[in-house]
Amino acid sequence: MRVKVLGLLILEGLRYGTVRLARGFSRSQGFLSEMFAIAGKQHWKQLERTETDIDDRYGDLDSRGDSDLLESPPSSDRTPEILQKALSGLSSRWKNWWIRGIVTLTMISLFFLIISMGSFMLMLLVLGIQVKCFHEIITIGYRVYHSYDLPWFRTLSWYFLLCVNYFFYGETVADYFATFVQREEQLQFLIRYHRFISFALYLAGFCMFVLSLVKKHYRLQFYMFAWTHVTLLIIVTQSHLVIQNLFEGMIWFLVPISSVICNDITAYLFGFFFGRTPLIKLSPKKTWEGFIGGFFSTVVFGFIAAYMLSKYQYFVCPVEYRSDVNSFVTECEPSELFQLQSYSLPPFLKAVLRRETVSLYPFQIHSVALSTFASLIGPFGGFFASGFKRAFKIKDFADTIPGHGGIMDRFDCQYLMATFVHVYITSFIRGPNPSKVLQQLLVLQPEQQLNIYKTLKTHLIEKGILQPTLKV
Amino acid sequence: MTELRQRGVREPDAPPEDKESESEAKIDGETASDSEGRTEPAPPSTSIDDTPEVLNRALSNLSSRWKNWWVRGILTLAMIAFFFIIIYLGPMVLMMIVMCVQIKCFHEIITIGYNVYHSYDLPWFRTLSWYFLLCVNYFFYGETVTDYFFTLVQREEPLRILSKYHRFISFTLYLTGFCMFVLSLVKKHYRLQFYMFGWTHVTLLIVVTQSHLVIHNLFEGMIWFIVPISCVICNDIMAYMFGFFFGRTPLIKLSPKKTWEGFIGGFFATVVFGLLLSYVMSGYRCFVCPVEYNNDTNSFTVDCEPSDLFRLQEYNIPGVIQSVIGWKTVRMYPFQIHSIALSTFASLIGPFGGFFASGFKRAFKIKDFANTIPGHGGIMDRFDCQYLMATFVNVYIASFIRGPNPSKLIQQFLTLRPDQQLHIFNTLKSHLTDKGILTATTEDE
Repeated sequence: MRVKVLGLLILEGLRYGTVRLARGFSRSQGFLSEMFAIAGKQHWKQLERTETDIDDRYGDLDSRGDSDLLESPPSSDRTPEILQKALSGLSSRWKNWWIRGIVTLTMISLFFLIISMGSFMLMLLVLGIQVKCFHEIITIGYRVYHSYDLPWFRTLSWYFLLCVNYFFYGETVADYFATFVQREEQLQFLIRYHRFISFALYLAGFCMFVLSLVKKHYRLQFYMFAWTHVTLLIIVTQSHLVIQNLFEGMIWFLVPISSVICNDITAYLFGFFFGRTPLIKLSPKKTWEGFIGGFFSTVVFGFIAAYMLSKYQYFVCPVEYRSDVNSFVTECEPSELFQLQSYSLPPFLKAVLRRETVSLYPFQIHSVALSTFASLIGPFGGFFASGFKRAFKIKDFADTIPGHGGIMDRFDCQYLMATFVHVYITSFIRGPNPSKVLQQLLVLQPEQQLNIYKTLKTHLIEKGILQPTLKV
Repeated sequence: MTELRQRGVREPDAPPEDKESESEAKIDGETASDSEGRTEPAPPSTSIDDTPEVLNRALSNLSSRWKNWWVRGILTLAMIAFFFIIIYLGPMVLMMIVMCVQIKCFHEIITIGYNVYHSYDLPWFRTLSWYFLLCVNYFFYGETVTDYFFTLVQREEPLRILSKYHRFISFTLYLTGFCMFVLSLVKKHYRLQFYMFGWTHVTLLIVVTQSHLVIHNLFEGMIWFIVPISCVICNDIMAYMFGFFFGRTPLIKLSPKKTWEGFIGGFFATVVFGLLLSYVMSGYRCFVCPVEYNNDTNSFTVDCEPSDLFRLQEYNIPGVIQSVIGWKTVRMYPFQIHSIALSTFASLIGPFGGFFASGFKRAFKIKDFANTIPGHGGIMDRFDCQYLMATFVNVYIASFIRGPNPSKLIQQFLTLRPDQQLHIFNTLKSHLTDKGILTATTEDE
């Protein structure tokens, strides 16, 4: 009976998840706009009188305790009816635990589903998450500054998001589609003058901002301008680094993200069972036992996950766009990183395990570095987000996910991970991006191309990579 | 928060903060003051105090308005003369000056942030702001230096390691600053600290990236540095002159002293000025050649064969101008055509940078960014119109003048793996063969 209920719950959860996300998005918009329509008019009058006293007003708020929460709707409203019924028997604490657990499992299964659908779906997912996170943070900005009704500002924020995304997608993704792009004339034009076009688009937004400055709301408008730009800097650059990591090989996308999720979960479990010493004042629920326990379990988990994933070409190969098939393929000869090698064990491990050598993928050594970063530095992203929430007196970024809060709540620890993985790859794994080099080569003048061709030819023949007599 | 503010007021260097709180208290009656121009007598402790004694005595007979005009005029000439001297001293000194201007602008804007938020005493914050400035500068200089000083870097072992792992090292440095910020969050000042964090990052984004683009332009050839900056300065001065003599219709509510006559007059004057200046400068090698680092002499040299852009060519004048001037053709440098584009941008879009800065000053109720230059305000006041120009010139060069650097491409190619090199080589070969550039005969050479 219990098994049946559980199975039903999971299926329902999956269905509700997608419907709720869509509904919740529009509902939160409606809820917030209702709130602002009422609150905005009252605050507007206040604002005109005390524009420069915003900081004083909020300064008083700063000195109040954290338990004084303003304007945050409770998250349990969003739990689907069916879950409420099934869990009505349990106490409130266990009910919350069950809700969080079920939603976690739902999200993880959704993640697996999208992975199986391929890299293109993953890219779309990353884009969707980026847009949602941006929306959440900008909405907090509106609420903080009561600036929902500022002329033009909503349009300008989304316009800047569009510009920056256009710029980044043009720089990264266009490299990978080099062969596809060479065929189409208009695309070639867009690629050649890409920077200029992106800059012109951004400038148009900048000039619109300057022209939209309204006399009594200068400071607010500058605050929102800066808020938008810092948000873009944080979120959009991260999501593009994630996509670049993805193109390197899906394993570079999966292992870091799973390490962060695993660290979250195991630190929570260790803290739940053994937690005693508080870790940092910002997040009183974190403990040193959870931190250290999470560190060790994440390293082990990363090690095992790397071992299991390294076997499949699907995860290991760089994503390429094949023009004949018109889709993404992941087929290649796995590089040395993903071929089993024998390592001799140091003496003390030899005694313990009673083996001379062990065969590992070299990637597993890298995964130890990635997991270490995820457990030691990743949490700082979480502390940053906690500090941010305390600073602006909000409980969660939004209430999209029942039991967890907004999308940004789930991704705050991922924040630094994507940049680290990207920097790690470019520094230690491979040098510059070959497609980008090719792209730039094809843009040069014909005489320059010929010169380079000759230089490369002599170089390759010297190194023995190219046979001089072979006419390829 | 209130404690911080009181402490700020009691400090000895409180006069600017006192003025802030005074002006904030007067907000009800001050809505009219938003539209007052710069001609009103300055409130105490601004520019007039810094004017040197000599000037004060020499101009003591004139009325206050003309005195201000003379002070501004003399300082303008002094700054332009200073600019010429620096150009004469060479690229290395120019780079140093750009770096100093960047640091001073950063300092000015951060100081405004402290004043606005009364956050001068926040724990760690001053240290962290300067630390972030250092990190970002290290990152950018490292990227530039690695490109231009490639041979030098390859020779020295420690430099080579630094350049190979450059991104990782910069990221680690930045991360340390980030973790220090998170650990320094103090219970009652979270919001302030996040504001200052955001303020620092936006300032870095604006000021530091611009200054590095300026240095990139400089390396392309000093003419790409001098002509845009002179166009912006000329537009400033010409728009002021035209506005002074013919000004009638106000341009934008943000800056009530700007007029449409000044705007349009400045536009035409700047285009003409740009044409003349580029004609004069294109003749000299030291301005036109890319700056290179010579390994043997261990210094910067500007010696090369001028590219096509800087060689006189004949252009046919379109019929309509032919009848006016009476010439059939004219000899121009192709660069002069580009200079028209640069001057147009400087006069039409450059002022938006100035309006942005005016809006910023009005938003935070400050008259000038600082008091460094008598009669003009702070360094940032002089450079606000330059703000967008450097980015535009850099994007223009990258899009229209030259493509990627061939030697840099070869360097990147050499660091790839053999199979990648082979793949690229074959693709290039098929591309060249398709285009007909590579034939069997050329291949055998």
